[in-house]
Amino acid sequence: MYKMYQHTRLTNNTFGFFQKFRNFDYILLACILALGFISLTTMYSTDGGKILFHTKSHFTKLVVFTLMMLIFSFVNIKFWFSIGYLSYILVVGLLIWTYLFGITSSGSQRWINLYFINLQPSELMKIFIILCLAKYFHRMKLENVNSIYTILTSLIIIILPMGLVIVQPDLGTALLIAISGIAVLWFAGINHKYFIYTMLGFVIALPFIIAFLKPYQKLRVLTFLNPDRDPLGAGYQIIQSKIAVGSGGIFGKGFLKGTQSYLEFLPEKHTDFIFTLFSEEFGFVGSAILLIIYAVTIYRIVSVGASSRSYFAKIFCYSFAAAIFVFIAINMSMVLGLLPIVGSPLPIMSYGGSSMLATMIGFGIVMSAKVHNQQSIA
Amino acid sequence: MINSSSDNVKKLNLINRRMFLTGSLKFLVMIGLVSRLFFLQVKENKKYLTLSDKNRIREWKLAPVRGEFEDYFGNVIAGNFEAYQLHIIPEEVEDFRYVIFRLKDLLELSDKEFKKILKRKNEIKPWETLIVSDNLSWKKFSKINNHLYDLNGVKPVISISRNYPFGENFTHVLGYVSQANENDVESNERIKKNFVPGLKIGKVGLEKSFENELIGTNDIERYEVNAYGRRISQLEFQKGEKGQTVRLTLDTKVQQQCNELLKDQAGSICVMDIYTGEIIAMHSSPSFDPNLFVFGISKDDWQIIRNDPMKPLVNKTLQGNYSPGSTIKPIVALSALENGVINTNFTVNCRGHKYPLELYGQTYHCWKKEGHGFMNLRNAMKQSCDTYFYEVARKLGVDKLSETAKKFGLGEKVFGGLFDIEKSGLVPNTQWKKNALGKGWLLGETIITGIGQGYIQTTPVQLCLMTAQIANGGYKIYPKIVDGDKKIAPIDKFMPLYTNSKNIKIVQDAMFASTNEVRGTSYKSRINDLKYQFAGKTGTAQVKKITEKDRELDLKTFEIPYDERDHALYIAYGPYKNPRYALSIIVEHGGSGSATAAPMAKKLFKTVIDRHLLRSNTNDKKYLDV
Repeated sequence: MYKMYQHTRLTNNTFGFFQKFRNFDYILLACILALGFISLTTMYSTDGGKILFHTKSHFTKLVVFTLMMLIFSFVNIKFWFSIGYLSYILVVGLLIWTYLFGITSSGSQRWINLYFINLQPSELMKIFIILCLAKYFHRMKLENVNSIYTILTSLIIIILPMGLVIVQPDLGTALLIAISGIAVLWFAGINHKYFIYTMLGFVIALPFIIAFLKPYQKLRVLTFLNPDRDPLGAGYQIIQSKIAVGSGGIFGKGFLKGTQSYLEFLPEKHTDFIFTLFSEEFGFVGSAILLIIYAVTIYRIVSVGASSRSYFAKIFCYSFAAAIFVFIAINMSMVLGLLPIVGSPLPIMSYGGSSMLATMIGFGIVMSAKVHNQQSIA
Repeated sequence: MINSSSDNVKKLNLINRRMFLTGSLKFLVMIGLVSRLFFLQVKENKKYLTLSDKNRIREWKLAPVRGEFEDYFGNVIAGNFEAYQLHIIPEEVEDFRYVIFRLKDLLELSDKEFKKILKRKNEIKPWETLIVSDNLSWKKFSKINNHLYDLNGVKPVISISRNYPFGENFTHVLGYVSQANENDVESNERIKKNFVPGLKIGKVGLEKSFENELIGTNDIERYEVNAYGRRISQLEFQKGEKGQTVRLTLDTKVQQQCNELLKDQAGSICVMDIYTGEIIAMHSSPSFDPNLFVFGISKDDWQIIRNDPMKPLVNKTLQGNYSPGSTIKPIVALSALENGVINTNFTVNCRGHKYPLELYGQTYHCWKKEGHGFMNLRNAMKQSCDTYFYEVARKLGVDKLSETAKKFGLGEKVFGGLFDIEKSGLVPNTQWKKNALGKGWLLGETIITGIGQGYIQTTPVQLCLMTAQIANGGYKIYPKIVDGDKKIAPIDKFMPLYTNSKNIKIVQDAMFASTNEVRGTSYKSRINDLKYQFAGKTGTAQVKKITEKDRELDLKTFEIPYDERDHALYIAYGPYKNPRYALSIIVEHGGSGSATAAPMAKKLFKTVIDRHLLRSNTNDKKYLDV
């Protein structure tokens, strides 16, 4: 109680600009900038050692979104709390808009044209679903958390955007949205039994789910189980990606010397498979360093959550950290041949505005939580 | 308030507990990812490096330069020439349509050829080479070179290709080269190893037999390529080796004369050194120009060759199974003498067509209507009296005859496995007939075998070998067509084939009489000059059975349809004193041996013997250096 009192006293002081500045998590910022720098050099390499379209575009996005993140840091965490539901509804609206008027590319309708950027709302949903659910559970009493009403409501909040993304069709992103949502449910304190039951149920249902998959998705699963089944067709990506990573060795082939990417053996090297290129050129050491930077980033997010006074900020940071971790883990497992191929970008590293926008918004909120960590939310 | 704050504490405890759990899980997953990275990049690094190199490095093999054939005097008879070709790499051409139509004009391509090129263009990748023309004339080639400013992306290329400077003269010995097909590649390891698209390999003849020596090794270019197979940069160039040069024992001059002698006729001539077994000339007529096949023969040319009734595709010297006719008589005589069935004084009365030899109701006529009268061995050989040899054969029996014939090289392949098309002919005996036809041997069959008719079949080169072995005094030789064969000579080389050398002398003398004495069958073709004087034996092999009607009509050769005319044969050796060369001549449907084949021998011996000195000097390096 005494502690709380102290905190209250502090919060009563309005923060000055420099005070906020001092409160910044510089380690997190440094990690984000480092990731940004690494992603830029890698993008430069995918362009064949020239500053071409991808590098320029990635650079612009990086600068704009980092600035945006910094601005977001100064916005009081209370504001983020207040827009929790609104933003969710807005993104759901965008998803419906996408469903109705979206741009179709390579067989799925995922984008909406905003004239200066093609936005992929499903990527934003990965973040805003956390925001929404964090707000939902913020003031809830523990005994109410496990009530049927709560669970049903939160499930609807998760399943609604999932459904809208699945029809695009984009199963991968839908799953990632679900994981973001489930992370919140986990930290909000939903009885662990439910998670265990769900998992069991999922394992049992797996064969039936596979039966309902689209042919190309089935192919991906089969290919994952045995990539040599069709080395020039469905298995090509995963085989080439493993070759690229494996041939990198301890120190890599050297910057701009990755033959797999330079000679165009690597598929999707700008987006989902960017880690492969990085790993080929910088080897085990480089990859380990990249992983460490990611690990530190996640650790900092978690510690921001730990030091936050408000339950909302805590739950958001923990869930966001968990979600980012899962994105990274899934992407890497995929390119290392540990999981079937699902479209999931590597946060910050992969080319793609929407994904970066979403991640940066997430970082912005975390940073805001850090800057305003003594702010309590009524 | 207290309630709510205790709830808050509980919530905090729960979230922190779960955060701890999640953190541990993340840590484990992280360790999993790092160990996977370690596994791929450190432990399996070698495997993936190899795979990556396999991905990026590709080898291009260039066609190897084929080894040459030389004749005995070192003249190139199958060489290489620089073919002027025109290549286009479609993606390097700005306006392909313009260029290709311009080329069509310049090269005067027919619509058919033009369509073929366009079709091929669609089959290849845009960065692969399109061969517009593989063998341009110099005139057209220089025309293209003059217009190069206008033909962006067209590459005039000089490429090495097979050339047969003597055209049709060596076709049946050398064979020809043509593009390798799937079968060729599958059946020969060397071809498989050296294969490049468009590789030309030997299809028949020595070109095929010596494929492994001639083919050489590829130039190899190593390129770095991208995922689509486009070459990015050259990493290495490895020069290949030219194939070996194969020197033959043939004499181009003699070979050319054989070709001329047999012009417009079907047949074969074979000339052999009777001591070394070297083939001086081996020609089968009609021949064809092997150069036609190098760049793929046109349909029309192929139809002409294939449908020629004289069968140019058949190598008659090796593949032609002919009844030897009277040319077998020296062997029949020799066999009879060797087996003591007759001696030189054995006499038979030949009484002509009115009183033919009769056996079990069958009649056996001599070729001479009036009959020869009383004949001894020498006279019978000289005048080729059939009645005499009927009688000799009857006394000798076919089994003993076949033994001698086989000893002298009949009934088996002369070159062993060198030419895959060579036939072994047939020397029948009683056992053979029982096995092959399941019937017993008839005496009548022995009688006609005595004049080289019936089952007996020989190839021209066998007859030549037989003659050579009689001429050299009855010693075994192994014919060879490739010089410098380093194989160890078989132990039975130069082993005597006779039991009494006198018998050989008797036969030689009889053959001398046949050519050089009045009433000899080839007396007209004799050469009196001792330097060229030769001994021989004519033969006229029936193609169909002579009926009584034919006998009554007694038609002249030109009055009989071509297909029914007799084959003309002649075997000979010379010079009679100190013999050195033997030959066999067959002219299909040539009428009679004495009228058609023997005169050719006369011309041929002049050339062969004239060139003897040159030939022996060539082999002796001392003379060459001077």
